[in-house]
Amino acid sequence: MKKQNNFIEYAPYVVFLILLMLWEIIVMVRNIPAWLLPSPTQILLAILEFKSLLLTHTLATLGEAMAGYVIAISLAFMIALVLNNCRWLMSGFYPLLVATQTIPLIVLAILLPIWFGFGLLPKIIIVVTVCFFPIVINLMNGLASVDRDQLNLFRSMGAKPLQTFFMIKLPAAAPAFFSGLRISATYSIMAAVISEWVGARQGLGYFMTIAQKSFRIDQVLAAVTIICILSLLLVKIVDWAEYLLVPWNRRLYEYDENTDKP
Amino acid sequence: MQIEISSVSKTLGTLHTLDNISLHVGEEEFVVILGPSGCGKSTLFNIIAGLITPDSGRVLINGKDLTGKTGKISYMQQKDLLLPSRRLLDNVSVPLLLKGLNKQAARSQAREYLPVFGLEEFSDHYPRQLSVGMRQRAALLRTFLFSREFLLLDEPFASLDAITRRKMHLWLKEIQQLFHSAILFITHDIDEALLLADRIYVFSERPAHVKREIKLTPEADNKAVKAEILALLG
Ligand SMILES: Nc1ncnc2c1ncn2[C@@H]1O[C@H](COP(=O)(O)OP(=O)(O)OP(=O)(O)O)[C@@H](O)[C@H]1O
Ligand SMILES: [Mg+2]
Repeated sequence: MKKQNNFIEYAPYVVFLILLMLWEIIVMVRNIPAWLLPSPTQILLAILEFKSLLLTHTLATLGEAMAGYVIAISLAFMIALVLNNCRWLMSGFYPLLVATQTIPLIVLAILLPIWFGFGLLPKIIIVVTVCFFPIVINLMNGLASVDRDQLNLFRSMGAKPLQTFFMIKLPAAAPAFFSGLRISATYSIMAAVISEWVGARQGLGYFMTIAQKSFRIDQVLAAVTIICILSLLLVKIVDWAEYLLVPWNRRLYEYDENTDKP
Repeated sequence: MQIEISSVSKTLGTLHTLDNISLHVGEEEFVVILGPSGCGKSTLFNIIAGLITPDSGRVLINGKDLTGKTGKISYMQQKDLLLPSRRLLDNVSVPLLLKGLNKQAARSQAREYLPVFGLEEFSDHYPRQLSVGMRQRAALLRTFLFSREFLLLDEPFASLDAITRRKMHLWLKEIQQLFHSAILFITHDIDEALLLADRIYVFSERPAHVKREIKLTPEADNKAVKAEILALLG
């Protein structure tokens, strides 16, 4: 039983390694040139070669992504609270929220610099636009998922609205809120990179456009590798925060063990 | 504490639910409402608790008109309604927190009652780690901690198995005598009513009215009373 559990734990790494090895072998056997498709080792070498340059660009991208992410969370919180308490506003603004998600990102990446210049602002706006939606939708669903009888119970005990909010609504919405946070965490890096495709002087997106123009596919993929790692790290951080802040929703290990028995 | 319901009627939407209901509960009295499913028993409790207002009639508590006023009496609904986010001790201390006690004081006050309710080993468990019986007892303790003078209990033991239910009956009687509570209790189980009640109100089908009031004395012949109730509900 123990062995099986371990295997499931390591499965993602095993799958990942096998795919990398296949990639490496195919590139080697078929003699594919590096400007067309570099092998994983070549990408790793590129990361090592440009590590200080990549670090500066990574920090720039991470800065934009995190600024946008934090703003998106605060904004989503405020809007979800307002919409949750007012049905009229809710039905008025919901379609608009959905509409913001249908604008192709690349259009924003081109238009926003025209309106707001080449500084940080347009980039942060893009990150906020992308990250905001999953958080606000999940948070609103979470807040609306509260049991009516539960609210009635609190009413019968003479609870004040703030007490009801902090004891019932907020905890009830927490799991959904964290699902939103997780999705947005991965989007934040991706959105920051896209925002750098037009009118940027630093960041991984900028680095990739330069590399691509000089056919350095190994450099492009080096940047992609870093983007993947960053996104995964952010998700891990959100997982960890949820584990700490939503203890009642943790997996119950005693139950899992029962179902694992042969 | 004395409770008097006088001539309460209520129509929910287009559904005439309660038809001129009058009843009372005296000091330390255990009164059971017995009625068919869907006749409006829970609706009456919602009115007594002040969650909904009746179309006509009044709710008097110690002679004071408290119709439509919440926050005065303890109400345990059909579901246990424990908060999934709180451990058992924090769940049962909710009414104390709502009254403005700080967390420490609320916890220590609530902790004193855990043994009586057979919950002390489970104070750190989350609701989903508890059995149905424990959850019901926790909900009952929470109800007690809000106020133990007068309790509205809506089918508190409906989801329990026969053995656990038996235990809970004996135990509830003990608790009631210990804390001198007045209790108004809903059930559609006749045996449960006969076991617990000092007095029984038998409700009709919807729209509910009081079909009969039965006083149970120690000398009363339970079999005969049961036959009488069966005939009424039949
Ligand atoms: N808010 C509401 N609006 C309209 N009808 C309702 C509402 N709440 C309950 N009802 C209906 O009113 C009737 C009485 O409901 P109530 O819950 O009071 O019955 P009950 O006697 O407690 O039933 P049970 O024994 O099954 O718990 C039911 O037919 C129910 O479907
Ligand atoms: Mg009911």
